Amino acid sequence: MGSISLKQVTKSFEQHEVIRPLDLEIEEGEFVVFVGPSGCGKSTLLRLIAGLEDVSSGQIMIDGVDATNLAPAKRGLAMVFQSYALYPHMSVRNNIAFPLKRAKLDKEVIAQKVNQIAEVLNLTDYLDRTPGQLSGGQRQRVAIGRAIVREPSAFLFDEPLSNLDASLRVNMRLEISQLHKDLKTTMIYVTHDQVEAMTMADKIVVLSAGQIEQVGSPLELYKNPKNKFVAGFIGSPKMNFIPMESSAEDNVDSIGVRPEHFTISTQEGSWKGTVGVSERLGSETYLHVDVENVGKLTVRAEGDCAFEYGDTIYLSAVAEQRHYFTADGTCIKRN
Amino acid sequence: MATNNSRALARAMLSPAVILLLIWMVVPLVMTIYFSFLDYNLFMPGEHDFIGLLNYEFFLTDPAFVDSFFNTIILVVGVLFITLVGGTGLAILLDQAIYGRNFVRIMVLAPFFVMPTVSALVWKNMFMNPVNGLFAYFATSLGFEPIDFLSQMPLTSIIIIVSWQWLPFASLILLTAIQSLDREQLEAAELDGAGKFSRFRFMVLPHLSRAMTAVVLIETIFLLSIFAEILVTTAGGPGNASTNISYLIYSQSLLEFDVGMGSAGGLVAVIIANIVAIFLMRMIGKNIEG
Amino acid sequence: MSIKNSNRSKLFYTGLAWLISTAIFFPILWTFLTSFKTEAEAISAPPSLFFFDWTLENYREVMERSPYFRHFWNSVVISVGSSLLGLLIAVPAAWSMAFNSTKRTKNILMWMLSTKMLPPVGVLIPIYLLFRDLGLLDSLTGLVVIMTLINLPIMTWMLYTYFKEIPGEILEASRMDGATIGEEILYVLAPIALPGIASTLLLNIILAWNEAFWTLILTAAKAAPLTAFIASYSSPEGLFYAKLSAASTLAIAPIIILGWFSQKQLVRGLSFGAVK
Repeated sequence: MGSISLKQVTKSFEQHEVIRPLDLEIEEGEFVVFVGPSGCGKSTLLRLIAGLEDVSSGQIMIDGVDATNLAPAKRGLAMVFQSYALYPHMSVRNNIAFPLKRAKLDKEVIAQKVNQIAEVLNLTDYLDRTPGQLSGGQRQRVAIGRAIVREPSAFLFDEPLSNLDASLRVNMRLEISQLHKDLKTTMIYVTHDQVEAMTMADKIVVLSAGQIEQVGSPLELYKNPKNKFVAGFIGSPKMNFIPMESSAEDNVDSIGVRPEHFTISTQEGSWKGTVGVSERLGSETYLHVDVENVGKLTVRAEGDCAFEYGDTIYLSAVAEQRHYFTADGTCIKRN
Repeated sequence: MATNNSRALARAMLSPAVILLLIWMVVPLVMTIYFSFLDYNLFMPGEHDFIGLLNYEFFLTDPAFVDSFFNTIILVVGVLFITLVGGTGLAILLDQAIYGRNFVRIMVLAPFFVMPTVSALVWKNMFMNPVNGLFAYFATSLGFEPIDFLSQMPLTSIIIIVSWQWLPFASLILLTAIQSLDREQLEAAELDGAGKFSRFRFMVLPHLSRAMTAVVLIETIFLLSIFAEILVTTAGGPGNASTNISYLIYSQSLLEFDVGMGSAGGLVAVIIANIVAIFLMRMIGKNIEG
Repeated sequence: MSIKNSNRSKLFYTGLAWLISTAIFFPILWTFLTSFKTEAEAISAPPSLFFFDWTLENYREVMERSPYFRHFWNSVVISVGSSLLGLLIAVPAAWSMAFNSTKRTKNILMWMLSTKMLPPVGVLIPIYLLFRDLGLLDSLTGLVVIMTLINLPIMTWMLYTYFKEIPGEILEASRMDGATIGEEILYVLAPIALPGIASTLLLNIILAWNEAFWTLILTAAKAAPLTAFIASYSSPEGLFYAKLSAASTLAIAPIIILGWFSQKQLVRGLSFGAVK
């Protein structure tokens, strides 16, 4: 249960094509993250899978069955919305019970399931409160509870953490990951935050302008980005792109180096630069280095590195960690 | 929220309202247009001859039409002016920290709920009556000749009555708008050295423009077709001094039973209302949804 | 505003506000008081505000003169009936436009409002003749239908502005949870929008209660609501102030009380979302 496949799916709003023809396979039990900048179509794609929007063309298969024209409720999926979309006039208990009531389950069965879910999610004490009386994290849990209780074949999450503050977000990230390990149900998770994508996903789908840029595991994307877009999007701080003389042979016109892949020297290196602002995180330090003819580069240094504002340093890129990009943005191997 | 299914459903849910309003609008209007070309008097049964534009000619050249046209405009503009200015003043006053604000607000709002026939009769008899009215009493006790409001200044009197009915509405809407003004903005302006007047002129007033638009729109809808107040106070008189278009058509069609002429007049009223409506729609189209 | 200053200005504004609001309220208060006077006291000079012999005689006479309760009942039927009927048509329409808006939605809304601008006199004759031929003159059914149509645009627009504030995601969630469209409106939308629906209902009851064009023209005796009941006091009965006052008080008291209870929602609803 829980395999989803999209075949040549497109979506247009009026004349505007939001999703270009797109194929995607989601395996049973996978944690898939759709990531991309805002407006890339990731939420639309999720809503197409949910059945909240019609596809303009193409086919959506869920568990091997054609679900393209099925009503949302008939697809066996559950969704957690960005705003949680809890029913404000119902108690937590009734919020969680709502899908079960719609499925006309027995009253006792409903009560039992709700209690069970509440226990798992630490909501037992709050069952009789309304969503308005809960904190952001608790609301989030209720939304998840309402999704879990239906025992769907897959969960859809639409930027579920974006309304939480930073520390809570880290906690909920872990909770959702743990939930996935426990339930082993397919999860599709939409976010614009590549950190969430990297930390939670089995498989990341990077989207841009309605197209899939690359699909792969977090490390695959980190190590072997297909193009400049993916390279720049995955990894934090962002990869540095350093323009270079276009070579006639393979058309490479820039190289990409992640901040953590520089070596720093006071004597010699490929690029000479001046240390600008430095951000000290304790465990590491990010130096913003001004390099002549190249611009600002972000460089990761040791936590206790001693460079000061205005110091002159030399940077080199670790050889095997360089990425070469052609003029059209494709990443190629160069040995 | 937009699958083909839900879109079809949405259309189905919308159509009863649209169809009903369409019928409500089109059927009578077509009939009005038809009647307006006939020589049709309820007192004269038999053939209704087609007389072309004669009804229109009679209606438009009737001096009563010109009078009632200007009366309508004076009435609408007069009431709008009084309620907007008075309403803004009251709204600012009620926005201050005052004791018993809720009670004050309830008193101010009350006239809005009074039905037009009641307010017209109460004002006419108990206040404006030249013999026993309260105004007459105050005038005589101060040594003045009492004014016979409804015969000496009929239109002004009606404007006063109608303004009294609509002032609460304007004040309350403007008050709500003022209260939604960002206080920090005002404080920032105060720190920047803006005086009371310039804060009002450059911050409060622009903020109120949306609400004022709403007030103008809603009041105009109702004011264009003021009827009951005139019917029970002056019956349009003396002469045509307080006849507006609504009342003129009423008296022609249902008092003089001239259906043809009344219909022509009705259509003229529709056209005038449409001109106003187009103008207003532009205004709110910009101001309300945006 | 400094603190020292603020106490004094508070007193000043309070005084001013009470003065003005009392003046605005005075005609209603005066009518109410006069309704308990004898006719002689009602026109006595100097007028007495509170110190007179209170009497209920006027109310007795007013009710004897014409069947007040029938008019009252007619008003209730017309205003409540048309508002409920209107709600039945307007809720689905507003749901449709608020949550399934298309490019045309705004135009439809504007068009609906524009029908409200159609002056009643423009269609007076056809409606009068239609009603005459259909036997609807002086009937409650006819008036309920007319009031429903008149207030439908305002109801739809008010509900639309209320529904607009409800996040669409909540309705989508219910759809994901397996609610049918009926369940979605009944269990999710209606309870959340209840304050808005209630205030729409109230405002339309008030508007229909006070409507004084069609109710005056299309009724004679049988279906005449309170507006017509009062209009019969035009003259010369209007010169009997005490009885006029009693009748007026009877006509407006129910709706003033209702209006006071709903004033907050009312203002918001009537402004078509122009103020929050």
